[in-house]
Amino acid sequence: MDIDLITNILYAMIMTGTPLLLVALGEMVCEKSGVLNLGQEGMMLMGAVAGFIAMYHTDSYILGFLFAMLVGVAMSLLFAVIALQLNANQVAAGLALTIFGTGLSAFLGNDYEGKQISVLPSLSIAELQHIPIIGKAIFAQNAIVYLSWVLIVVVYLFFRYHRQGLSVRAVGEDPSVASNLGLPVMLIRYLSVAFGGAMAGLAGAYLSIAYTPMWTEGMVSGKGWIALTLVVFASWRIERIILGAYLFGFASIMHLVAQGLNWDISSNLLAMMPYIATLVVLVMLSRDKQRLKLFEPMALGKPWHRSS
Amino acid sequence: MIKLVPRVQASAKWGYLSPVLAVFLTLIASSILFMALGKDPVEALYTFFISPIANWYGVTELLVVAIPILLCAYGLALCYRASIWNIGAEGQLLTGAVVGTVMALQFVDSSSVWAMPLTLIAGMVGGMICSGISAFLNLRLNCNETLVTIMMNYIALNTLLWAVYGPLKDPNGYNFPESALFGDSTLLPILFEGTRLHIGLLLVVLALVIVWVFMSKTFLGFQIKVLGLDKPAAHMAGYKQKKLAAMVFLASGALAGLAGAVIVTGSTGQLIPAISPGYGYSAIIVAFLGRLHPIGITLAGLLIALLFMGGEMSQMMLNLPRSISGILQGLILFFLLSCDVLIRYRIAFTFKRSGSTATAKN
Repeated sequence: MDIDLITNILYAMIMTGTPLLLVALGEMVCEKSGVLNLGQEGMMLMGAVAGFIAMYHTDSYILGFLFAMLVGVAMSLLFAVIALQLNANQVAAGLALTIFGTGLSAFLGNDYEGKQISVLPSLSIAELQHIPIIGKAIFAQNAIVYLSWVLIVVVYLFFRYHRQGLSVRAVGEDPSVASNLGLPVMLIRYLSVAFGGAMAGLAGAYLSIAYTPMWTEGMVSGKGWIALTLVVFASWRIERIILGAYLFGFASIMHLVAQGLNWDISSNLLAMMPYIATLVVLVMLSRDKQRLKLFEPMALGKPWHRSS
Repeated sequence: MIKLVPRVQASAKWGYLSPVLAVFLTLIASSILFMALGKDPVEALYTFFISPIANWYGVTELLVVAIPILLCAYGLALCYRASIWNIGAEGQLLTGAVVGTVMALQFVDSSSVWAMPLTLIAGMVGGMICSGISAFLNLRLNCNETLVTIMMNYIALNTLLWAVYGPLKDPNGYNFPESALFGDSTLLPILFEGTRLHIGLLLVVLALVIVWVFMSKTFLGFQIKVLGLDKPAAHMAGYKQKKLAAMVFLASGALAGLAGAVIVTGSTGQLIPAISPGYGYSAIIVAFLGRLHPIGITLAGLLIALLFMGGEMSQMMLNLPRSISGILQGLILFFLLSCDVLIRYRIAFTFKRSGSTATAKN
């Protein structure tokens, strides 16, 4: 195994892990407010198709990503109305969002399959990208990768030091107490869900604009679901989401590793790796039920209405 | 000002009315959608919902599509009754098709009467392997069943692709990703001359009766219901929760696997990558829309099958992509979940602005 291979694997690992990182970050904030949104996959697909379409017509990366985030937010609000306002089962509402998003994105993207856009270029930082092994991975990525790092710091600081970060957590632990303390529970939950939608939209557009600059039906292929596992894996802590996202990124690029090492394994079997990795992680996490419950926001997934 | 007021008791009436209202709202929404796409809504609705079943052949085709969906949905309903969020029917269907194909390929040149039944049984075993892994991970290793089953779906999909591009690829097939064509002894007999409707329909009827009797007439079915409604009560009553859960997992796997085997032996006659346009996912909607009751599911399954056919029709006649049926399926589920709020709440119109006094009362 030579240095070049390791350099490239690290680079691809971070590039592939970024969409997972973004979605998991959004879903974590959403879950911290006590809302479980299983619709990540559907929102990502909508973000992917929306970003691609906007990019295709305007040729502007900024508009592409902004439109994708907007669509992600719109999708998440649809979920919020059904799950929060109408008190539907959050698992069912999230599933519905994924099914709806899968159908709608396939419909909207039908005319765009096979169309081409220019890929989001990488912003290499001067000489730093030539640092052996890690240089390319850290200093030669595209803008969204850097943005994801900024977002991590912002969200971390928000929950660590900002008063409102505490409010979100209070709402997720016990909405009734939070409400009695005068916190606008519904508003906080709506905003958290919307943040999750924006992140999922951004991650989807990352896939269709930066990662593989094209749109194909169902192209998110389970990344939204993997991100849900990631949040549990990270036990709702941001620093662990980074670790988890890049680990899953690594599992997703096993075909590159196999190629570099001249392994002769079917690409279809290698494509299973991220899903198998997810199962392995789930098994390791779930050994101790009590420990898992310790970190989970207490009101996660439970409907709440002011009158109750 | 519209307010939701909790009902003292869940409304049984709205339990039945909610799916009907949801379907009605979906029809309205789809006509708006068609209008937005510049189509005449009446003509579009006719093309979508009536023209596929306007003749006898169309009706039989509807049943062909409904067969795998219904088999999956009956199994899922068992799981959902026990409050097990198994969304793995798609993966179980695919593994059923793969394992069924392995068996079918042993009989390519044989005229054995065992060929077809053994293939179907192999399909059921395939589905049970897939759901059995999920059950093991969920029940023994405490993993969340939703995430486990969705991961198994992707693993099963890649297994199918691996199989048709690798070991099961027809050696004489010009390198197409397809298995060899099955022998005639493996194919499901056709029920009516001139149609594609096969005896899978009888399997559906059989499954319907068995699941119905099991749910409503047996003690095990009762235990599953209790487990789903009130876990602590099931625990207090001394029910063997894990065994019950494993049983519904395996039953749903067997039914979904059977669906996969029925597709390859009844419709395609060989294993191809695209054997399911998401039947296993649609079955989730069908199970909910049918209120987890076998009869309701049967009606809902026919409706969703109609959506699949309407999608095909509108692609041919209206020049709209067939994925429009996916949108309508999603809409139905959204409307259903929204209408279900009426089961537990009633709508009250208050003409005063509801201030703090109104909320304090509750």
